[in-house]
Amino acid sequence: MLESLIEILQLIFSVSFILTVVTASTPLLLAASGELVVERAGVLNLGVEGMMIVGAACGFAGAYMSGSVFVGALCGILAGAALAAIFGILTLGLAVNQVATGLALTILGVGLSGLIGARFVGEKIVPAARLDLPFLTGMPVVGRILFGEDAFVYVSMALMIAIWLFLYRTRAGLVLRAVGDNHASAHALGYPVLRIRMLAVLFGGACAGLAGAYLPLAYTPFFIPGMTSGRGWIALALVVFASWRPGRLVVGAYLFGAVSILGLALQPLRLGVPQQLMNMLPYLATVVVLVLISRTRGTAGSAAPASLGMVFVPDR
Amino acid sequence: MKKWNIVAMAAVLAVAAGTFGGVYAAEKLKVGFIYVGPIGDLGWSYQHDVGRKAMENALGDKVETTFLENVPEGADAERAIEQLARTGHKLIFTTSFGFMDATLKVANKYPNVFFEHATGFKRANNMSTYAARFYEGRYIQGQIAAKMSKTGVLGYIVSFPIPEVISNINATMLGAQSVNPNMKVKIIWVNSWFDPGKEADAAKALIDQGADVLTQHTDSPAATQIAEQRGIHSFGESSDMIKFGPHAQLTADTDYWGDYYTKRAQAVLDGKWKSEDTWGGLDSGMVVMAPYTNMPDDVKKMAMDTQAAIKSGTLHPFKCPITDQDGKTVECKGGTHLDPGQILSMNFYVKGIDDKIPGK
Repeated sequence: MLESLIEILQLIFSVSFILTVVTASTPLLLAASGELVVERAGVLNLGVEGMMIVGAACGFAGAYMSGSVFVGALCGILAGAALAAIFGILTLGLAVNQVATGLALTILGVGLSGLIGARFVGEKIVPAARLDLPFLTGMPVVGRILFGEDAFVYVSMALMIAIWLFLYRTRAGLVLRAVGDNHASAHALGYPVLRIRMLAVLFGGACAGLAGAYLPLAYTPFFIPGMTSGRGWIALALVVFASWRPGRLVVGAYLFGAVSILGLALQPLRLGVPQQLMNMLPYLATVVVLVLISRTRGTAGSAAPASLGMVFVPDR
Repeated sequence: MKKWNIVAMAAVLAVAAGTFGGVYAAEKLKVGFIYVGPIGDLGWSYQHDVGRKAMENALGDKVETTFLENVPEGADAERAIEQLARTGHKLIFTTSFGFMDATLKVANKYPNVFFEHATGFKRANNMSTYAARFYEGRYIQGQIAAKMSKTGVLGYIVSFPIPEVISNINATMLGAQSVNPNMKVKIIWVNSWFDPGKEADAAKALIDQGADVLTQHTDSPAATQIAEQRGIHSFGESSDMIKFGPHAQLTADTDYWGDYYTKRAQAVLDGKWKSEDTWGGLDSGMVVMAPYTNMPDDVKKMAMDTQAAIKSGTLHPFKCPITDQDGKTVECKGGTHLDPGQILSMNFYVKGIDDKIPGK
């Protein structure tokens, strides 16, 4: 018993385990952070998976043709934003149902990415380089973890800080939250509700595109149709898990990544726990945390933006 | 995996529309294929599609093919198969184990259509089964792994605990034990045929726990790529993955279905199709080993000798006696080796595998 415990602790605190967790969590964090801003503006875009997979296809295509991971990432961002623009025009401009449009966006994205990516299947690229600073990266243990990641990891962290600062420390962020909580009042005060929401939707699409591009550019450097394997849906769940707060989102994304890697890495240790249960762990953990959050909140009501998913048509 | 259902449904509708809308010459044989993954998976479904194209090339104008990719196993599969049967396809190949019951159901409904189900064990008058004896290649891989590994630990990434996967793990270990009786295997189930990210994560975990040769029963080249990055060895799966691991891949256990598909379509054209059970291996060209690379000449020679011995029938990977992991001797129904039924329904680990089959 004690022996297994030591084995597990050794595993969890090994550099390699932490690096694997960071790699697995980064696409979730990127996609979820964009969706968080979208939902704080009151829009529910369920098309994250679709925007991600198109970002993956375009990201790989861009990197393959240009030979540059940076160009690839840019293509992924633009592709995600382009798909989000379709969503924005339909749901904001034409006031179409957001849930249905979001689901349609996912189906469209899966098909579109297969089409775009078809001729790149079986090709390979040089993946995103990992940071290598003299002295710093060479430091024992923390060196590789803090200073040896690829650029996407640092971008995802910087993005989270920027989103937090934007939402809670700027006037524009305050307006965006107001639009999400009560679009009628924000409109009455003279804020351009639809324009703000459109910008948020585009930002969310760009983040999802970047998250998708991370998969073939850094995680597994090749493109295969359907390679997002449901990560977009997990990102959506994470936003709820985080109760729409950036700080909790970071914790949630890394926790989810860590538990899912643990579910794999613990199997060969033969702890007598069924592997099916191990693979359930991340989802089980999500449910547990959701229950805990809703309990501690008490009577304060739902944490969701009050106007989330509601259609807004300015009447004058 | 809801999205795939919807994609598959859309595909079914598209096929239906295309079929009803067009006019075809009556004598052309319409052949349908159902794939569980995308044809771009570089593995299982990709190889079946290579086979489909080979058949098209060989038979030219005499056949016309349709394929549905990403068809989920289960109820949706039945709809997809029936759609093909209803739209004039006279020969339908369903290429995943999980399509078995759906294929049988549709076969009973359409007695004039011929069905071919891959890797299953249920047959009917109009439903054949076919499979490749991958375990033959696995045995060779096991021997190579035991020779090449310094740590004596093989890492094995697997999808679902179905008999084929179990028998392949066993064949690999029997091969490995024939070289190094103390060879160990570490197994990670990822519960997916197809999630490159997860396969890569599993590969990293296995390497961290001492494995220095990786093999897999999942479909993407992710593990091979990780092996290349970490400077260890790996085996490709279903198709040659040397491109993703030029210094890592030792060989790959690949399947080639083209000759079989051509033969079966020709049989329908000649009016000679019969319900059969085909299980081809290295001898019939259904299992093909990718070139032996990244190994010393003596290991390569051993691999080629083993391959020749299996091909000629002098060596059987499951030759008796076989002991299961609890030390019990397995009944030898095939005389000198386990019989096909035992291999196709295998649900035990052989001696030396220190793990438990999930759900057992």
